[in-house]
Amino acid sequence: MLALDAARSAGASYADVRIARTRTQSVATREDRVTNLSDSDTLGFGVRVLVNGAWGFVASRDLVRDEVQRVARVAVQQARANRRASQRPVVLAPAEPVRDGRWSSPARVDPFTVPIEDKVALLLAANQAALRVRGARFVTSAMFFLKDERTFANTEGSFTVQNLYRVLPQMNVTAVAADNSDFQSRASDEIQPMGRGYEHVTDSDLGGKAQMWAEQAVAKLSARSVEPGRYDLVLDPTHLFLTIHESVAHPTELDRAMGYEANYAGTSFVAPPARVINQLRFGSEHMTIQADRRQEGGLATTGWDDEGVPADQWLLIERGVFKDYQTTREQAAWISDLTGVSRSHGCSYAQTWADVQFQRMPNVSLLPGTQDLVDQDLIAATERGIYIVGRGAYSIDQQRYNFQFGGQAFYEIRNGRLNGMLRDVTYQARTPDFWASLDMLGGPRSYQLCGSFNDGKGQPSQSNAVSHGCPAARFRNVAVINTGRQT
Amino acid sequence: MSIFTREQARELTQRVLAMSRAESCRVSVSGGLEANTRFAANDISTSGDATNAGVNVRSSFGRRTATSSTNILTEEGLRRAVEMSERLARLAPEDREALPELGPQTYREVPAFFDSTANLDPTRRADAASAVLGPSRQGGLQASGFISLRAGSNAVANSLGLFAYHRGTNFAFTTTVRTEDGTGSGWAGTAGNDWRRVNPSELAATAVRKARESANSVAIEPGRYTVVLEPTAVANLLGLLVGAMNARAADEGRSFFSKRGGGNKIGERVVDERVTILSDPWDPDLLAQPFGGDGQPNERTVWIEGGVVRTLNYDRYWAQRQNVAPTGAAGLKMMGGEASLDDLVRSTERGVLVTRFWYIRGLDPRSILYTGLTRDGTFLIENGRVTRAVKNMRFNESPITMLNNLELLGRPIRVSASESGDIGQAVVVPPLKTRDFNFQSISDAV
Repeated sequence: MLALDAARSAGASYADVRIARTRTQSVATREDRVTNLSDSDTLGFGVRVLVNGAWGFVASRDLVRDEVQRVARVAVQQARANRRASQRPVVLAPAEPVRDGRWSSPARVDPFTVPIEDKVALLLAANQAALRVRGARFVTSAMFFLKDERTFANTEGSFTVQNLYRVLPQMNVTAVAADNSDFQSRASDEIQPMGRGYEHVTDSDLGGKAQMWAEQAVAKLSARSVEPGRYDLVLDPTHLFLTIHESVAHPTELDRAMGYEANYAGTSFVAPPARVINQLRFGSEHMTIQADRRQEGGLATTGWDDEGVPADQWLLIERGVFKDYQTTREQAAWISDLTGVSRSHGCSYAQTWADVQFQRMPNVSLLPGTQDLVDQDLIAATERGIYIVGRGAYSIDQQRYNFQFGGQAFYEIRNGRLNGMLRDVTYQARTPDFWASLDMLGGPRSYQLCGSFNDGKGQPSQSNAVSHGCPAARFRNVAVINTGRQT
Repeated sequence: MSIFTREQARELTQRVLAMSRAESCRVSVSGGLEANTRFAANDISTSGDATNAGVNVRSSFGRRTATSSTNILTEEGLRRAVEMSERLARLAPEDREALPELGPQTYREVPAFFDSTANLDPTRRADAASAVLGPSRQGGLQASGFISLRAGSNAVANSLGLFAYHRGTNFAFTTTVRTEDGTGSGWAGTAGNDWRRVNPSELAATAVRKARESANSVAIEPGRYTVVLEPTAVANLLGLLVGAMNARAADEGRSFFSKRGGGNKIGERVVDERVTILSDPWDPDLLAQPFGGDGQPNERTVWIEGGVVRTLNYDRYWAQRQNVAPTGAAGLKMMGGEASLDDLVRSTERGVLVTRFWYIRGLDPRSILYTGLTRDGTFLIENGRVTRAVKNMRFNESPITMLNNLELLGRPIRVSASESGDIGQAVVVPPLKTRDFNFQSISDAV
């Protein structure tokens, strides 16, 4: 309140303050040894002010009275300096004040209360399980935990306190050919990061799955190199989620569409809003994409965003047609005439207390089909194709048109059956063509919530964690290239 | 600003070391200001000034080690960090690769701190942004950009008496100007230690020119082209090559630098003989920190000389095991020639001029094969002249191949090498011309 009062009396028409304490812990191992045990704790506050329609933001780690007032005053001075060079004033969409909001991630076990020995023992046992597979020579495994306590208040009377947890267990197994001429790795993409507690680590069963990953790393050494050409692709949720992230979730960020990220993340082919809302056919009618900051266990799930706006759920794409963007309070009015939505969808987020909040991705998911189908059903219905599991190298252009995506494990599909493993597979497509080729969806039983733990955007680059749910899905006639050794 | 002086840093590290009950302890202290101003859609969009300071404590009991960091620098906060690292370390299993802390080292100071950068306040940053916003507004274009600075100090001390201190400033200034109709986009950027070296109007002029010239591009058939890569594009790929020079990965058979049958490629020629790549913290164009995180002094390190691998990156453990000196390196410089970018273009009968690359991701570590796309200024060169804008293209190429097919090298300059425009490691590279660069497909993106 001290910060808000100081900002107001210095001339701010609006101000908000975030006090955040973020604890992280990382446990990393390699074969039979621990390579890293670290714990980090950072505490501070940031004050954001609006003066004559221009933003200012100043942050400090010193949570004492004088510093809080100084920071608020300097933020106002900064806003005045920015105002001088600006033309269009910022206007915030209305938001109901949240008087005393409390929210916490659905964590049953606080990861920071679990003894480090248990964590190390779990990882080393999993490593041993992987190394028992003949040919598996290297294995790394790790757990990463985050606990974020954020308190938010603004001059409109909002006050929220939230506890967010994120958990990431992972493993990577490498097999090397006997003569050093080749090596192949398999990462643990069946296990995904979640907005949960330590129970997600124990439920994940790294040790139980390690053998499979090791066997697949070894199998990749002798897998057939793919013949380039056009194939039908059956994509497992552990792979498809990142394709959704890159080709659907990023281009539907309104700041990108309006040029606000042109200098780094890029713009978007889903623009300008007046020409695409309710008009752009993004994909086939099987494609319905939902944004959701309420989804249980999601990495971007929250009670309120970093502007005090309640977590929202809405459709970005309905039966293939683009409907709406991801928005903050500053952005909502830019498109409210087109969408009929005058409020923010609650997509404001800052990585830490030291960073200014801006528009970040909510959980963005492909809704499952109504038929009760799973991966195997899609494979059985495919004559000539490739089944892809897990995420590989992902690269997409700055307007999200041309992409090239790889995976962890690839299997040839011939006449409805898997016909051995392939390697060096990557597929290239143009986003609208790719999504137009979606012709078969798994049902609710094949739906999995996967996620990206570190999604970079903004300048300076800030990391956001976000989940994407999807069923298995089939895409027709996609160009596949071979990325094998060129020499 | 919480930039610690040498004395303050020494006092703080000593205070933490005095709290330690571990058999050995290392303390790292950093502090300073990070500030930025962003602009987009022809207006200043956001800005931020954050002052922070932190302590990282690494405690060891024999071969058991753990670290803890905090930015709560009260007596209680420091004590908690020390105790946390000790508690974790006691619980850690023995690491047979653990090494004792380094004893006292000598360091040659690097004069990397410039008031011109440390004092770049919001008003001065807004002025620099206006140098781009003005011409963009007047020209009916759309400007965006990012001015970022860091002014701070880092220190490392340990229980064996080692103490290292460095203070420096860094900045990066990048801008992207687009045509109103979205068919053209031009980028310009720079980075350095001393803000006085920046000419915002010059950057603005380059981005504006490229935005205009890149409008209404045409598609050319993907395939293998002679390319003239501007220094930023070279830097985007060069870091991947040096990043792949881990000695252990090479010796263990997990790298391009692994030799078939065992061992590594030190002493082998892997690229064109005109290629020399080194790190040197004292190079006036680099001015990097003269020590690493463990206090290991950074030295002038030649990675590739005359196309031959001179060394790989050895951490202390692997160096001891292989009986070589550990690597300490900071900053990256590729030597060049005297040719200007224009000279490279003039010497090209048919080729593609690339401003920068984007979304570069690894495809195959065995060949250091990467994919990515051109961005913000891609042009066709015909008969020694830039003749028209071409659509962006996706490449699948290895920096090794790029440097084997080398045709010509230009004059090296300091660049903003990170895709994000964030302040990264200091990189100085020349523009270069190389043949048979592999473009795989066309992108509709502008």
